[in-house]
Parts: sequence; structure tokens; C-alpha cells
Amino acid sequence: MTNLKTAGATDAAPRWATAALVLADGAVFWGKGVGAARHAVGEVCFNTSMTGYQEIITDPSYAGQIISFTFPHIGNVGTNPEDIESINPAARGVVLRGDITEPANWRAAKPLDDWLKSHNLPGVCGVDTRAITRRIRDGGAPSGVVVNAPDGKFDIPKLRHIAEEWPGLDGMDLAVEVTTKQTYSWNETKWALGKGYGKLDKAKYHVVAVDYGAKRNILRCLANTGCKVTVVPATATADDILRHKPDGVFLSNGPGDPAATAHYSVPAVQGVLDKRVPLFGICLGHQILALTLGGKTRKMERGHRGANQPVKDLTTGKVEITSQNHGFCVVPESLPKSAEVTHVSLFDGTNEGLRCTDKPAFSVQYHPEASPGPTDSHYLFDRFVDMIDKSKGK
Amino acid sequence: MPKRTDIKSILVIGAGPIVIGQACEFDYSGVQACKALKDEGYRVILVNSNPATIMTDPGLADATYVEPITPDMVARIIEKERPDAVLPTMGGQTALNTAMALHRDGRLKKFKVELIGANAEAIDKAEDRLLFREAMTKIGLECPKSEVVHNREEAINAIEHIGLPAIIRPSFTLGGTGGGIAYNRDEYFDIVQGGIDASPVGEVLVEESVLGWKEYEMEVVRDRRDNCIIICSIENVDPMGIHTGDSVTVAPALTLTDKEYQIMRDASIACLREIGVDTGGSNVQFAVDPASGRMVVIEMNPRVSRSSALASKATGFPIAKVAARLAVGYTLDELLNDITGTTPASFEPTIDYVVTKMPRFAFEKFPGAEALLTTSMKSVGEAMSIGRTFQESLQKALRSMETGLTGLNEIEIAGAPDKSAVVGALARPTPDRVLVIAQAFRHGLSVEEIAHASKYEPWFLRQIEQLVKIEAEVRAKGLPKDAKEFIDLKKKGFSDERLGELTGQSAAAVAKKRRAMGIRPVFKRIDTCAAEFASRTPYLYSCYEGDGLRPAECEAEPTDRRKVIILGGGPNRIGQGIEFDYCCVHAVYALREAGYETIMVNCNPETVSTDYDTADRLYFEPLTAEDVIELVEVERSKGELLGLIVQFGGQTPLKLAKPLEAAGIPILGTSPDAIDLAEDRERFQQLIHRLKLRQPDNGTATSQEQAIAIAERIGYPVVIRPSYVLGGRAMQIVYDREGTERYMRDAVKVSGANPVLVDSYLRDAIEVDVDALADQNQNVFVAGIMEHIEEAGIHSGDSACSLPPYSLPAKIIAEIERQTEAMAKALQVVGLMNVQFAVKGGDVYVLEVNPRASRTVPFVAKATGQPIAKFAARLMVGESLKSLHIKKAKGKHIAVKEAVFPFARFPGVDVILGPEMRSTGEVMGLDVDFGRAFAKSQLGAGSKVPVDGVVFVSVKDPDKAAMVKPVKRLVELGFKVVATGGTADHLRRHGIEAQRVNKVLEGRPHIVDLMKDGKVQLVFNTVDGSAALTDSFTLRRTALMHKIAYYTTVAGAKASVEGIAALSEGALDVAPLQSYFKTAF
Repeated sequence: MTNLKTAGATDAAPRWATAALVLADGAVFWGKGVGAARHAVGEVCFNTSMTGYQEIITDPSYAGQIISFTFPHIGNVGTNPEDIESINPAARGVVLRGDITEPANWRAAKPLDDWLKSHNLPGVCGVDTRAITRRIRDGGAPSGVVVNAPDGKFDIPKLRHIAEEWPGLDGMDLAVEVTTKQTYSWNETKWALGKGYGKLDKAKYHVVAVDYGAKRNILRCLANTGCKVTVVPATATADDILRHKPDGVFLSNGPGDPAATAHYSVPAVQGVLDKRVPLFGICLGHQILALTLGGKTRKMERGHRGANQPVKDLTTGKVEITSQNHGFCVVPESLPKSAEVTHVSLFDGTNEGLRCTDKPAFSVQYHPEASPGPTDSHYLFDRFVDMIDKSKGK
Repeated sequence: MPKRTDIKSILVIGAGPIVIGQACEFDYSGVQACKALKDEGYRVILVNSNPATIMTDPGLADATYVEPITPDMVARIIEKERPDAVLPTMGGQTALNTAMALHRDGRLKKFKVELIGANAEAIDKAEDRLLFREAMTKIGLECPKSEVVHNREEAINAIEHIGLPAIIRPSFTLGGTGGGIAYNRDEYFDIVQGGIDASPVGEVLVEESVLGWKEYEMEVVRDRRDNCIIICSIENVDPMGIHTGDSVTVAPALTLTDKEYQIMRDASIACLREIGVDTGGSNVQFAVDPASGRMVVIEMNPRVSRSSALASKATGFPIAKVAARLAVGYTLDELLNDITGTTPASFEPTIDYVVTKMPRFAFEKFPGAEALLTTSMKSVGEAMSIGRTFQESLQKALRSMETGLTGLNEIEIAGAPDKSAVVGALARPTPDRVLVIAQAFRHGLSVEEIAHASKYEPWFLRQIEQLVKIEAEVRAKGLPKDAKEFIDLKKKGFSDERLGELTGQSAAAVAKKRRAMGIRPVFKRIDTCAAEFASRTPYLYSCYEGDGLRPAECEAEPTDRRKVIILGGGPNRIGQGIEFDYCCVHAVYALREAGYETIMVNCNPETVSTDYDTADRLYFEPLTAEDVIELVEVERSKGELLGLIVQFGGQTPLKLAKPLEAAGIPILGTSPDAIDLAEDRERFQQLIHRLKLRQPDNGTATSQEQAIAIAERIGYPVVIRPSYVLGGRAMQIVYDREGTERYMRDAVKVSGANPVLVDSYLRDAIEVDVDALADQNQNVFVAGIMEHIEEAGIHSGDSACSLPPYSLPAKIIAEIERQTEAMAKALQVVGLMNVQFAVKGGDVYVLEVNPRASRTVPFVAKATGQPIAKFAARLMVGESLKSLHIKKAKGKHIAVKEAVFPFARFPGVDVILGPEMRSTGEVMGLDVDFGRAFAKSQLGAGSKVPVDGVVFVSVKDPDKAAMVKPVKRLVELGFKVVATGGTADHLRRHGIEAQRVNKVLEGRPHIVDLMKDGKVQLVFNTVDGSAALTDSFTLRRTALMHKIAYYTTVAGAKASVEGIAALSEGALDVAPLQSYFKTAF
């Protein structure tokens, strides 16, 4: 029944349209504009979470991507100053099914539409995002342009051309674009109802976090376990990292192709491993650890993006429901013998975690810090601290 | 972890009769559990007294006991079957309470039976308010302030600490029976006392009021390795203070940020862990202060519930099936997600649509009860709807209700447009509050004003406000000329009929214009994963998508098979419940077996019919002409559609027969015209004359004058009712002219199209129900003849009955068969037919004929061992009776059906039976003689049938003579007799030692004092006329609330004496259905 390929006839904008999603393959989805009046190009991906759109949009791992939300009511709880994972959203734009409504939550400070505008993010609503999900599921994530034109004027061929010309995420290093420019320290802890975020008083350990596009909640989770965190840029060398005399090193999540970061990230991580400083990686950090160990990564057909992803911990047999956002994965067969596969996705069997048998290092592909998503895997941060304890002979 | 091999046989306890708070959802969960356990190779033993369930079909369990679910009877089954384990979490509160009783008295231990699914300690912790509170405090979760109260003294102390308003919840009652909200001290002490009386352990919890807070529910599943998943979050649109079963609810929760949602998720899982629900599904309820986000835990159910049925249907995740497998040792990652067929069950469903559940009420059947919602559940059914957005979902839900709504229809608010009157109406938690809110917007109230008065979350209000605004625009401008604008209206869920009302044209005219613009719905799949993975399961709902420029994406993918569409019954209501779902499911089973593709359409989330693996394909859709025609056209675009079955789902699909026929859609079986003939009094009368059969004298009136003239011609008393109703809605026996006037003035709106029927009332006649099958060659098979125990004039649905008849002579039975056959032929019935007869003085009168599935079909099937609904479905697709090889059942047993009533939930309502149906469910008693079968039916229905003690007798004059014999028998059995003046005199004159007791109005101590003191075990009370009714009202209510067995008809009293006699001969034996019949059915 799908009849979306006959898009050529729809280049002329219908009278009511104020926004569109234009795909490189020719398809155009007309809708109403939300957010900033501009256009943006990126890879179109879908996210199936029913809550946490503000966290998702501010997750730096979405750099270079246009997020199509499968849940129809996005904007239902508005936005607030707390639920952000970075100051400036790295995502390029949003595609929504329903209209953005007025917020329905006691913490809401600003409607989503205004918030998108203030962050210069364009979006389109009124689109059958389920149809887009099915399209990505069956044909992979396409390049596309989201355009919000309040005047109803569109140059579709030009936008399509932009989409076609966009090089895609394969081979793209986006970490350098979203990483911090300066080193800074972090002591904010997790959010609690009625209290907001806390502050770490007395640090037990000092952790250096390499920021490839870190979500703030990772830093908060580290602080919660008693770690003072020093955040360094993605391109920090081993010396830059070790200079801070860390008790442990953390490799953050981030956007883009992990292989494209290898020329700077691998030597740095290798240097840390050589000194046997305990190391923990998440998402892109997991992929970089795998690359450092001599493994390979590959682009996935459709990626994992949602808050309902089951992961099995092979060491305990337990299943965690996890939050995920990745389009690349580690090829387990490429890992050396000294790396043990610890977690797998129960959706498609892809690798979700590894552990070094000869060094104090482990990493996971998914997001134990959640935000948004289930907190089932928060224990991994404790595991990291335990590892530091052990390395200190405690 | 593989399944357990140390257990071989498992007893599954069902939920018993359908009552408010426990409906077909437990048939759905029980069926899933039995199937899953059988698939795993366990011997499944089932007990359920409800014959209208699919779970009691003999094929589903190895041994099926249709026996009362009482601790004693279940113990007897355990003794006989010696199962290794009992699964108590599938049969609602009934199963849980029964299992706990057997645990407490040591009988589970004695027979070495293990509780699986939930252990006794966990059940106790979850159900005992105090233990639950302690457990929550231990894990750092807040509960509302509360205290446990057993008496007045404790009640006084509690209120000092908690303050008013306070919520009173009795311990261990289902659906919050006997609870309430107290706003002042008088009310407080009243409700507390009522709650203590209603609680089996004489205990209530007095709780801090969180009225007006937001209410949420989480459906959690946990396995023995502590893997926990949330299946679904549910948000109540109605605020705290209204029982969740009576609230409009949506899934998923729509007004929580992720941070708040995760706190609730973590709390739900922590709750299961602390309570110790090791495996299975549970439901945790929360209240959230809308101003601060403060969250408190309200309660948890350590079992599958109504909400888990809803969550299963809303997401496609089969909670009961999975829970049953987890109970025998599997872990979530070992089980497959059925819907996708490729992913495991250990994940959290995510949905890309909005689900709305709307309760359906029956206050109109209980005059005297105030139509207000509280913490005690009152609704008798519910509809669920699915739309892409809340608005689409809400409007689909409104028209799924089948209460005549086409959307947010206008209602009248008394005193409107005066603002204070409107605000007053908004503040009252009435069943139609969504409509009151829409109307308040029409009267110009603001979101803030409405939110303040109703405590509804403003987000939902703004959505309703927008719909009201759009309606006003459509009303002003007419239907849009532009396709996109029209699609946008449809995307918001407006039905053609509603658009027609707004623009002054028929629904058909709107549909025609819509279709001319190419605007048609598309169908999306419920796939548990928001399309992330391909779904192999055609579980579909309609929505509108697209921009009018090109076709929207449709996922229906109809097949090229030969197919039959079966229309279900919609939301449960009194008169149309599980029996019709049973018939629909059997039609599906039969036609599937015969090789047809079966397609189910229904909107009731509680049912087996809406399980995605019952039929080959499932459309979860409102049963309106518009919605059904659209999906039929998609289905018949490919393959061969034989036709639709509309005769199995009760009145709901039947009403659609005409519009469907007009749309050129083939209807299988008896023609809609024949159905109409049977319903049309005039045409039917001609048929009766032609066949030379007898009817009670009758006439049809379209005005008060006509009604009076007819009544005077045929003589009082008469039975008056509107035509075209099910369940005897507004049916009354009228004794005089004033009564007729009152009825015509107050009870009905009569018009040319809606006349009333006036029948002569046959006093003391025996009523008989017959179900028959007929094929297209006009062969007829009389499947079951049921003799009612209560006399004609009491609605057949409310009357107990016996199959085979226990008093009718063979000659009469033969005559009934002859007449049934004659009518089936004359009406050219193909499929099922039900006839009601009255027998008086050797004459047989035809009361009513319905050429369709009736409420008694499952009872007949279970009592005779013949799958008559399946046979009927085969006949409807063209097979002959001969080819089905049906043999007349000849058992030595007797089956008695008894009705179950919701009177306890409606304070101020009398329990006297009449021509208007008020029962919600039924049980079957099955045994070798009438007395035993009747006794079982009474126990099954929850009556405490005494074998000794005191019988209280107070009957109207015409009944006095008939009462002597049964009361004498009771005296022989050792009963003592007390009676009111006239009755006592009469009994004494006939040699019965009856002690006289005061009527309520005769001064104290009176009969009610005696009853409250526990000095009466059995009540026989019949009354005539309204004065006597009021006089004795209190004594009947007291019997009801104190659970004293009572009978309000002579026939019922007589039957009960036979039951008591049987009981005093010794304990009742139990036997599985399979032992009564050789063949499986």
C-alpha cells in the first residue's frame, strides 16, 4: 500500500503547508512548521521513546541528525531548565506527528515550540511519523532536510539537492564539533523530586571524563558515586588526561562515526590503558575502547533509538531495559581474546558491552545514565567505582 | 531458566460470575493462562462457576470444574485431583481470597499444594493495608496518611489524626465495595460502619484524602530472576476520588516528564520487590499532586487485573499468558514476543498511538441510587479505543460506548447558562462528566474555571476545548470543501454522524461527500514496538493520516483467503455481556476450524474476542456503521468475503444489519428482515396467527391514550415495555390505570418510530426459554429447554432456570418443541434462535422470539455438552444440520443457572426482582438432582445457604398458602421459624410453630434488629404493591448487606428448600465437566 515514492508530483507546496521533510530519495512530507524558521540537513532517524523528548533533543549524540518521534504527542509536558543533557542541542531538527500542545506539567517553563525557536531548531509537525519509521526500518536511515517556512514558500528541488549532497554520517567525525572547547570540572549530582539537582560535597575519587559529546546525566551519575569529574575535550591526549592524576578515566558518548575519531582518540585511550588507570566507556566511548583494543565498528541498518531496549548481561544472566541511541556498533568477532563480550542486545543480538580481562577497563554500548529512559543500569557507575577501589587495593 | 519439572498439575482458579469489578477480563486472563500451561505440558485443572466463560470450555483444561468457588468446594477439588500447585492470580479477588482462605486454614499444606504466581506472604503484604504501608515506608515510598479501624473508638481516634475529607477503604473487598469518601463526621461514621460490615475481616482503612490529585497506574511484570518490565503506564483523566474502574483513562501517561515517569517506574518495581511478587503481573497505583509533583503510592494488586487486560490490549503484550509461563519458572528473555515473532518478551512495549478507556454505567436500572462516582466501582463495562492522538482516541471512545453518543454531544446542564449552575455541575463526579465539560465550554467557561471545578488536568481540558471550538466552526461554515481540511477533521476523530448533526445532514450524506474527496481511514498495526520491527500479527485500528495529496500508508494488508467477519458486542452492559462474547469467540473457533479466515471486530478490552490470537485478524474498532463499513471495504478489496455475522454479539451488531445491508455488505445466516419481523410486534403477530399459536393478549401503543385503551381491553395487570430493547430496559408490570399513566409519562419517550408494547401479564405462569438451531433447508434442532424457577414477569436474565425442565410434563415439552420448530421454519432461521414461552394451565404462550444468539447459549452448551454456537456458525456459512451429526444429549444430570446481582453497590436500591433485568452475571450448578444443582448454583452465586438456624418468613397474602409446605420442610430439617403477624398466624394455623416478630414499622425490637444480631439465617419475603415495598425495604437491604440468604419469590423459596434439603444430606460432591460428557466440545 505504500505509495510514497510517487513524490515527484508533490514538489508544489500545498496551500496549507508551512513546513516539510524532504528526503534525498525524492519523498516530501508536508506539514506545519514548528520551531525556528529555517532549514537543516541531516540523517533522519527515529526514536520510539514515549517520554523525555527534551533530553533526547539535547543529547549531543544526535549531532547531524533529524529526529522523527514515533510518539504522537511531543511537547505535551513543555520544556524546563532542568531536563537538558547539554546547553545547545546538537540535533538538527525534529519531525512530529501531532501538533505541539500547551504544556501539562508542574515543572514546565516554556512550550516546546518556543524552546525550539530559542535554540534555532526547525521542525515539522502533522507528519505520519510511523510511516517514516517503517521506511527507515526497511530501507535504512535516509538523508533529509527539514524546513520550516512560515510564508509557505519552498524550493523543493534545491532542498532535495542539499539532502542529496549531504555526505552522511559514515566517516563523519562529529565529536570534535560537540565536545567542550575547554577543560572544566563538574560536581552536580542526580535529580530528585522536589529537590532538583544536588551537589557533591566530598569527593572520594577524581575521574577525568573525555567529552565526545557527553550527556550531562553521565557526569551527574559519576558525581553521585562520589567522583569529582574533570571534563576534557575529545582531542585530549593521554598526557592531557593523565596530567590530572585521575583515579579513573571515563569515555563519553557522542555522535558520528567512531572510526573517524580514531586518529586522536585511540592513541589517547591506549596511553590510559597502558598506565592501567581504570576506564569506563559509554556508547561512542565503548566503540572507541573497542577500536583501541584492535576491534572494528560498523554502521547499522537502522540503529537503536529508544528507551525500551532489552540488554542481557551475559555475566549475570539478567536483563536490563535500557536507553539507547546509536547508529554504529562494535563487531564482536573483531575483538581480541583479551576482550570479553559482556552484554548483547536481545532485539538483534548486536554487541552491547565488553570487558578487558587483562586491564581494568569495561564499556557498554547503551546509556546506563538513562535520561531519558529506565534507570536499571545505574549500577554500572558503582561497578566503575568498585574497579577504582580494587585498583587502589581497597 | 527452563520451566519447572517438579510440578505436573496445576489448579487454576477462575473469578466466578461476572460482577461489578470482576468482568470478562478474568475469562480473558484465565483462557490465556490455561492455554499457556497446557502448551507447556502441564495437567490443568480449572474451577469456575461461570458457564458463560470460554475458559470453562472443556478443551481448555484437562479437568474443568463448573463448581462454586468457595474454600470448601475448591478444597474438595484439590482432594480429588491432588494438583501440585495452585495458580491464584488469574481469577481476580475471588481466586486470591479463596486461595488465601485455604492457605490460612492449612488445607493447602495438608494436600501439599504450592501457591505459584504469588505466595501467601506477598498476597498478605499487598492486600493488608497496614502491612502494605509498612512495606512502602521501608523502601522510602510515601503513602497517604492512614489508620486501620475496626470499631467506632478507633474511628474517632483516626479522624483526629487524618482529618476530613477522608477516604474509607474496607479490607479484602473487590472493587472497593462498601468504601467511600466522607466530608463530615456523620458521613464518616456511617461509611466506616458500612465498610466494617462489608469487609470479610471487619476492617477498614481510613486514609488522608488525595482527592483531586492525578492518578496513574503502572502495569509491571517480573520474573524469578528479578527481571522487571513495565508493560504500560495508564493515566486517569478523572482525578483521584473516582475508582479507576469508573474513570476515563488513557495510555500511555500523557502528562509526566521522563524524570517523573522514571521515578514512578522505579517505585513500581521496588514495590513488587518489597512485596515479594516473585513472578507475574501486578498493578501499582499512584497519586500525584498536580501542583508539586509529590507522589504517593495508593495500592498494588499482586495479580492480573482489569488494568492488565487493558494494558495487554492497549500494547499487544499478553500479560496473562506471559505471567502464567513465568509462574512455572520461565524468565522473560526465554519467551518470545508473539506479536513480532522475532523479539523477546523481555522488553518494554512502546506505542505510537493513544488509547482511551471509557466506562459504561447502568444507573438507569437502579432508581434510588444516586448517579455519582466514588471510590466504590459502579460501572458494568468499558470500551477501549485507539487513535493516533488523544482527540481521535477520545471521540472514538465516545462512539464506542453505544449510549447514543456520536462524539461530544450536547447535554443539558440544569440551570445553565448560569455560571454557578455550570460550575456546580462540573464539581459533581457524574458518569457523563466529559460531556458536562464540553458543554461548559459551550457555555463560555474557561479552561481554568473548569479545571478548578472538576480537577481535570488542563491538558485534557484544552484538547476538549479545541474539539468544541472546531464543532462551532463546522456548525457555522458547513463541511470543508478542501480535502486537507476534511482530513484534519477526521484526524481529530469526528464521526460522519457527528459532522452530519453539526451540518444538518445525514451521516450517509457526509460519508458520501467524504468518500467523493477520496478521504478514507487507513489501518495501523498494534505491534508493541512503534514499528521498529515488522509485525506478523494483524491487530489493527483505524485512523486518518495523510495530506490529501497522495494515499496515506495503510498496514491492513488483507489476504486473498475466503473470509468471514464477526461483529462483537461492544462494552459489557446489563443484558449484553460475556455470553455474547462467548458466542462470537465460538463462531471464530468454528469457522477457523472449517478453514475460513476469521476477522473479529470489537471494542471491549475485557474480552477473549479481542485477544489478537483468537481470530486470524482483529480490528479494535467502534461498532458503528461508519467504522465497520470502512474496514469491510478494505477486507473485501482482496480475497472472498462470504459475509458478516451480526447475530452473535447481542443487540449491538444486530442494529448495524440494516445499514450494512444498505451498503451492499452480505449478512450471513437469518436475514435481517426475519430478525426485524420477530422484533416488529405487528408483523410477528400475523405470523403467530398464521401458525395458530398463542400469545398473551397484547397491543402496540404510540400514545398514552392508546396504551390505556389496550390495557383496559386485555385487563390488568399488564406488562409494558418499549420495543427494540435488550435486558428488559424500562419494562414494568402495571396493575392499574394510574400505573399506566405514570409509566407513559415518566418511563419512556414514545413516538411513532418507538412504540410501547402492552402485554397481558400471565400471573403465576411458568416461563420457559428455548434455544434452537436451524439450517437453510429448514431443519430444526431444539438444543435446550430451560424451565425458569421464578415465575413469568421476572426478567428471564434475572431468573434462575433448570435444564432439563424439572416440573414440566412431557406433553408440554413436546408442544414447546413443536412450536419452536414451526417458528424457526416460518422465520427461515439459519443459525440460532431463542424463544421464550409461558406455560399456564396446560396452555403454551409465545412471549418472545429472537432469531439470534441469546444469553442462554453458553449455559445450554455447557449443560448439554453441545457446542451450539459453533454449530450455528457452521450452519450460517451453508452447512446442514445433518452434516454436523448432532445427537440429542441425554445426560442424567441437572444444570441450574442462577443470576448474580450488583445490589450491594447501589445503596438505596431494592432487591426485589421484576421485568427489568438487573443481574450482571450468572453461575451454573451441575449435579445429579435438582436439589443439589440448585444448592450449588446458590453457593456459586455467593449466597450463604444455611443448613440450620432461623428462617424468617413474611409473604403477601396470595403467597401465604404456597409457603406452608416449604416452611414445614424446613422445620423438619431443624429450622426455627419467625414470621411477621399475618404470615405467622397463617403458618400457625397450618401447624407450624412460628414465632411472631415485629415489622420495622411495628416498633422495636423488630426483624432488622434480629438480622443484625445474626439471629436470622434465611429470609423468605414476597411483597405486592408499592406501600408494602417501602415497608419491608430495610429488611431486604439488611439481608443483602449482612449476607443472609434471601428469596423474594415463592418459587425461589421452594427451590431453596430443595437445595437446603440436599445440602443437609451431606457434603456436595464435585465432578469435572468432562465426566458428564464423553465428547469434547
